Amino acid sequence: MTNTWQDIKNANVVLVMGGNAAEAHPCGFKWVIEAKIENGAKLVVVDPRFTRTASVADYYAPIRPGTDIAFLSGVIRYLLEKDAIQHEYVRAYTNAGLIVKDGFTFQEGLFSGYNEETHSYDRSSWDYELDKDGFAKSDDTWQDPRCVINLLKQHVSRYTPEMVSRICGTPQDKFLHICDLFASTAAPDKALTSLFALGWTQHSVGAQNIRTMAMIQLLLGNIGVAGGGMNALRGHSNIQGLTDIGLLSNQMPGYLNLPTDKETSFDEYMKTKLFKPLRQGQTSYWQNYRKFVVSLQKALYGDAATQDNNWAYDWLPKLDVPLYDIIKAFEMMNNGQMNGYICQGFNPQQAFPDRGKIRRGLSKLKFLVTMDPLDTETSRFWQNFGPQNPADSAQIQTEVFQLPTTCFAEENGSLVNSARWLQWHWKAADAPGDAMSDIWIMSGIFHRLREMYRKEGGAFPDPILNVTWKYTDPISPDPEELAKEMNGRALADLTDATTGAVATKAGTLLDGFAQLRDDGTTASGCWIFSGSFTEKGNQMARRDATDPREQGIAPNWAWAWPANRRILYNRASADPDGKPWNPAKPIISWNGSRWVGIDVPDYGPTVKPSDGVGPFIMNAEGMGRLFARDLMVDGPFPEHYEPLESPVENVLHPKVRSNPAARVFADDRAAFGSPKDFPYVATTYRLTEHFHYWTKHALINAILQPEEFVEIGEVLAKEKGIDQGGWVKVSSKRGVVVCKAYVTKRIKPLTVDGKATHVIGVPLHWGFTGQARKGYGANTLTPSVGDANTQTPEFKAFLVNVEKTSAPTT
Amino acid sequence: MPMTRREFIKFTGLGLAASSLGVLGFGASGVAQAAAVRPFKLTRATETRNTCTYCSVACGILIYSMGDRAKNARSNIIHIEGDPDHPVNRGTLCPKGSALLDIVHAPTRLRTPRYRQPGGTEFKDVSWDFALDRIARLMKEDRDQHFMTKNTAGTTVNRWTSTGMLAASAASSETAYLTWKVVRSLGMVVFDNQARV
Repeated sequence: MTNTWQDIKNANVVLVMGGNAAEAHPCGFKWVIEAKIENGAKLVVVDPRFTRTASVADYYAPIRPGTDIAFLSGVIRYLLEKDAIQHEYVRAYTNAGLIVKDGFTFQEGLFSGYNEETHSYDRSSWDYELDKDGFAKSDDTWQDPRCVINLLKQHVSRYTPEMVSRICGTPQDKFLHICDLFASTAAPDKALTSLFALGWTQHSVGAQNIRTMAMIQLLLGNIGVAGGGMNALRGHSNIQGLTDIGLLSNQMPGYLNLPTDKETSFDEYMKTKLFKPLRQGQTSYWQNYRKFVVSLQKALYGDAATQDNNWAYDWLPKLDVPLYDIIKAFEMMNNGQMNGYICQGFNPQQAFPDRGKIRRGLSKLKFLVTMDPLDTETSRFWQNFGPQNPADSAQIQTEVFQLPTTCFAEENGSLVNSARWLQWHWKAADAPGDAMSDIWIMSGIFHRLREMYRKEGGAFPDPILNVTWKYTDPISPDPEELAKEMNGRALADLTDATTGAVATKAGTLLDGFAQLRDDGTTASGCWIFSGSFTEKGNQMARRDATDPREQGIAPNWAWAWPANRRILYNRASADPDGKPWNPAKPIISWNGSRWVGIDVPDYGPTVKPSDGVGPFIMNAEGMGRLFARDLMVDGPFPEHYEPLESPVENVLHPKVRSNPAARVFADDRAAFGSPKDFPYVATTYRLTEHFHYWTKHALINAILQPEEFVEIGEVLAKEKGIDQGGWVKVSSKRGVVVCKAYVTKRIKPLTVDGKATHVIGVPLHWGFTGQARKGYGANTLTPSVGDANTQTPEFKAFLVNVEKTSAPTT
Repeated sequence: MPMTRREFIKFTGLGLAASSLGVLGFGASGVAQAAAVRPFKLTRATETRNTCTYCSVACGILIYSMGDRAKNARSNIIHIEGDPDHPVNRGTLCPKGSALLDIVHAPTRLRTPRYRQPGGTEFKDVSWDFALDRIARLMKEDRDQHFMTKNTAGTTVNRWTSTGMLAASAASSETAYLTWKVVRSLGMVVFDNQARV
């Protein structure tokens, strides 16, 4: 989230699209109700189903799964055509006026630079024209046909209300009504907030779904302001934290990139990370990249990381492919390219697409380790549970270790919520039996490995032998010590650059990342967390809920990254002169000598408005991007592509039906079904009574929603002779689920390109362990293909067939 | 009237019990009993502040356990409720959070390391030493055999692709950081977490 949960109450329009907050984030959703009651906000819901969020909406419109970009591009077209944008904001704070290279084109569904063979783009033409000083050329009058706003206008011109309706199945009048509501927030003192979740990410165009909305928010001047923003509600209690700390194939802590094969030395690595400003005088904060990397290496390798060995650069693994994501991992397993796999609190047998492929992959491993408080399906993939898990144990040669761990109530530590708050929690009891913490287990494995490498030698032991481990209790390091290591400390006396006086003594915990150096005199394991555990103590444990002006900031409750800033891009809440756009809800303003307000400025605290420094200080141009340059693999503008499994052709460009930059493995492509055999669109989702595959282990939740079902609209049910509560067989090219049907008014057929299109709802929570009744799980049906940028699986739009069947005999 | 939080719980607990029991016709004796039982249960318990383990709203919760944390006393969690001081959830919890006690005490909580041998049809209980020794040995064998120090172009790459890891989305950031250190020092690149989904 750019903003906070409480800040939602400041919105004038709340859009929930790509999520179902009332059911999946109920206690956060109360702030939407607060906005409705206290601020007169209008709630708009766009969803294939009439969800509980929709049931309290002021306006609801249905949409076919997988067509959000068409809908939102239609909104952009509408806003530009009606001139319903916040002009001053767009002119000053976005790249609308920057001029794009001549070589950039878009024709027949493809951007310039496409390579048919590799299914990827040469993105060199996706950038600005530069002047002789290397700055982006611009035309502030927007007359130049090559400036971003004019290219955008041209790009979205195809998304007429007729076209939107034809693709999405949303009636035109409903679409236009929603456009009007969006447009009402172009006023400088009005804000729309976008609340979204996996309904946007789990598509082959997931990242572009979100980009399209972010562009709308920039056009409306809704980024950085109270009641605005792009708010990813996020799914799990520390999914934000694990992302922040870089537990992803290509990441290091604090959104630093793991090196690639091409970056043969530290200097080569740094060359692509210089972030030279693209306009004069811009902050381009990533220019400090080197300080963050060197400080990370000092945290990881201590005295062994030196200037002479390039801060142990060679000890970092290098990537030869963009990602070793989970879809690729299971592809490798199926191809016999992997031998071991460790699943820590993650249940891929249920949580990943095409469960059959997951089981076949795990079956080819030499060893599997699971670490979990619960008895997961993954740890029992080798056991025969009938049709829900038809495994032939004798044929599976995988050694399996099922390790019991503590749960949240049994450990100290911090979690990062969707609003980037690091909140500390405390242990209430010991774990049952011999269960141990993940910290103890990981340390135990590490110590054994290190000891073996010390005694026996082996492949490249240097990083293993040199990684820092100076914890008071090396067997089970104290979470506070780990938190301090992430925060960082001075390794030598740090002197003030101007006075030469010692500003920070050696050994002192740092106050923030501004103190980090690239000369090896500071260490910080996660630069964006710097400031979370200082000499003043554990800032994450703060519990002062005081909220200045009751505006939903609560600056002294826990601690938020970066720098305890609660609203990202908050410089954009004020106009170029530093006066708040919305005087009733200011966040920061310029008082003549510095920026003051209720939040930590996302800006140099004394940078004058007249200096012309843009509010998006992380970006090299200092501006919000309506044109993404070369930063997305599938285009600098979003474009509607059909899901990999779709009931219709792409009416915009029949030759390019689905995302041309999607990575699809041959066996996965062979497992895509056609609408002839699988005529219905399916989408997966959570129920409010359950959380993934965990709560079926909890008695109350298992009682509340005891068994697997799918939701089917009344029209289709009648057509297929399916009764309320009757048994159905739901099949995709990849598998079959036999379960009960819930016949509902909440899903109605959509008219897509003149044809009636039915949507099947597939709640995801079942499996074959726990206290609920045995089930298959939604991912028996889902396709193994991901978003072109992130490889997040396309769970939200695929094809199935549904038939009436009789009750299973067992 | 100044009130501590605990007194407030007693007070409202009494009020709620009084109204609902009154409706059920228990009369004055029921009210008296509720007044004695309900606050008493929490008064004797130890209160611990924590965060709900499910979604990222990260509702504040209060965990109540029996046992005073004395050296040989084993705490037992008896009750979990929303933290009224928390600025986001203000004491409320959803259908999942309200049932947290049941996940803490789920009958399928694991208690002992277990091992399944190749071709086996069941798990058997093993010691931590057996499990961790064997895991470390398997990892080392695989790493030593498949670790790539240089690619075909002769560039130093120091990666290990034949063993991978998925990390936990509900683990603490401190667990995550320690996990990152271990995984990357081994050179592992097949590494992801639930955020990928």
